[in-house]
Amino acid sequence: MRDLNEKALEAKEKKAPIGPDIDLDAYESEAVAHEYVEDLRVLSEADKKRMILAGVDTEEKDRSGTFIQKDTVVVHAHSKQEGLEVIPIKDALKKHDWVQDYYWKLVAVDADKYTARAQLDLHNGYVIRALAGSEVIYPVQACMYLEKEGLSQNVHNIIVAEEGSELHIITGCATAAHLRRGLHVGISEFYVKKDAKLSFTMIHHWAEEMMVRARSVGVVEEGGLFLNNYICMRPVKSVQMYPTTHLVGKGAVARFYSLLVGSPVSEMDVGGRIFLKEPDTRAEIISRAITNGGNIIARGDLIGEVPGIKAHLECRGLILKGGAIHAIPELQGKVDGVEMSHEAAVGKIAQEEILYLMSRGLGEDEATATIVRGFLSVDIPGLPPQLKAEIDRAVEQSDKDMM
Amino acid sequence: MLQIEDLQVKLGDKEILKHIDLEIHPGETHILFGPNGSGKTSLLMTIMGYPQYRVTGGKISFKGEDLTHMPVDERAKLGIGMSYQRPPTIHGVKTKQMVQICGKGGVNAEALAAKVNFSEFLERDINAGFSGGEIKRSELLQLMAQDADLLLFDEPESGVDLENISLIGNTISELLQRDFKVNSQKTQKERHKERTRMGFIITHTGFILDYVTVDKGQVLYDGVLTCTTHPREIFKCISEVGYEECVRCAI
Ligand SMILES: Nc1ncnc2c1ncn2[C@@H]1O[C@H](COP(=O)(O)OP(=O)(O)O)[C@@H](O)[C@H]1O
Ligand SMILES: [Mg+2]
Repeated sequence: MRDLNEKALEAKEKKAPIGPDIDLDAYESEAVAHEYVEDLRVLSEADKKRMILAGVDTEEKDRSGTFIQKDTVVVHAHSKQEGLEVIPIKDALKKHDWVQDYYWKLVAVDADKYTARAQLDLHNGYVIRALAGSEVIYPVQACMYLEKEGLSQNVHNIIVAEEGSELHIITGCATAAHLRRGLHVGISEFYVKKDAKLSFTMIHHWAEEMMVRARSVGVVEEGGLFLNNYICMRPVKSVQMYPTTHLVGKGAVARFYSLLVGSPVSEMDVGGRIFLKEPDTRAEIISRAITNGGNIIARGDLIGEVPGIKAHLECRGLILKGGAIHAIPELQGKVDGVEMSHEAAVGKIAQEEILYLMSRGLGEDEATATIVRGFLSVDIPGLPPQLKAEIDRAVEQSDKDMM
Repeated sequence: MLQIEDLQVKLGDKEILKHIDLEIHPGETHILFGPNGSGKTSLLMTIMGYPQYRVTGGKISFKGEDLTHMPVDERAKLGIGMSYQRPPTIHGVKTKQMVQICGKGGVNAEALAAKVNFSEFLERDINAGFSGGEIKRSELLQLMAQDADLLLFDEPESGVDLENISLIGNTISELLQRDFKVNSQKTQKERHKERTRMGFIITHTGFILDYVTVDKGQVLYDGVLTCTTHPREIFKCISEVGYEECVRCAI
């Protein structure tokens, strides 16, 4: 711990290599008091409504466990299923030695001022673990909720899918309806063990002056599968994240999908990077970005280090009503015998497509909406139906707002 | 009735349709011949209302309404439907969804698709990677759902393999109420009389005539309608002397 603190202190002022710099001192960080609730039904209707927009259902229908952090404190954490652990990270660090094997083992504590902040002023976060061989049938839901104006919420999450397990997580980040300004600093470390399957779906539902800095790294062992979905279709001032995954076992697979909608005030810099380090590993990064006036940078980086790997990157952007999209797809093949490809396209909706739909009887706006919805509807194989439904709902909601 | 009077159209700076006059009455089907680049597709697109085809003179009306400056969707709602030669791919929009859009939700997409042997394409993105013949079947499927009164077909037989040509031909025939089923309630004469749908079929080769009866044939040559006569006569003329002869009639 002292080591970590020392390193973090050294990185306290260290700017991140990409994304606009944030003055951390401009945000409060003192603990905010919220009571722990045993029964989710006692949460206020207003909170519930916001949470559901980010895919977190306080009725817990079709969910195997729930974690909710409000501002700086955890207000609820429990697992409904055997073989599944859902623990606030601060408790986990105190009570379970094994957590030390995962804490700051993938993300460098001194990567930048945000990682440093998450070490020096950690509020909380979660540890979610599926025990070896267990199959968590329904998704676990986790919510990071911001209510206090001007707060910097600093969290650290650890997700472990032990050998042969199957785990699905939906994380919703949301703000109270009144909240305008805040900062979310989130560290996530993912461990997908041998033959395990992890899907992680994150839905962001922020506010117009929210800043978000997420730092996440994952590792996938032999035969493991990591599905990482990111959906952000609501206004946000600035999001910057570049999650990285290392495929370190034969046959490991990672697939990243992101759906982004940039509203006029938004600056989004979102990417994915996957290192393919063993034979037969596979990686895919697919992103769809739409801007209504915001700036979006969609990055993707695939690094093939050994022969016999396969990787594909697909980056599509649609400029609807002004704004800009900068697609930066990168492929790095480091040896013979890698199979890597990418496609990137940025443009506006083709008039020809709108007219085609209009000639079938749709009005211009309906035609446009149909094309936009189609653009955002990517098939994500392996995603449980409940999560697919949440993504569809987010898409639906967003094009209602867009039109 | 579709009525086109002295229609002049420009695409960019180029004059592509010159003083076109045309009338299609309820129940009639016309066929339009013409060499590549003569303006056939442009004429259909203009009737459908594609804005890049700028009407610089003349008038188009349908069912008594002036279409000349009406947006595409209003023309569709008025009862004009089109089978495209090269429709665009729309990613994420499934064929089934297109059929439902055409049928305003009131059709059984599966049953219609089965009729044109297209069932396994319903879940595919519309036109994505479709072969020439698949595009035609997809277009017909959409028209079947749409229930239009004036049906425009842009080269429905081009690129279709032998296996599917009769399927396509017979489907068009049925869509235009020109099939000869035995119907216990009605004689063929009565069925003919009750025929209301109008058809306008573009063909480069004329092969469609083996499947669909038509009332009138026309030739479009370099943006000019050069002749209007019996369709079989045009077909025979073109087969024997080629489109090169049309230039002499166009002057
Ligand atoms: N997008 C376009 N831009 C410029 N010229 C075009 C375009 N599309 C068609 N044309 C021209 O317009 C004329 C008519 O084309 P078209 O209507 O497609 O003919 P057809 O269907 O009879 O083959 C041709 O000379 C063709 O080259
Ligand atoms: Mg043509």
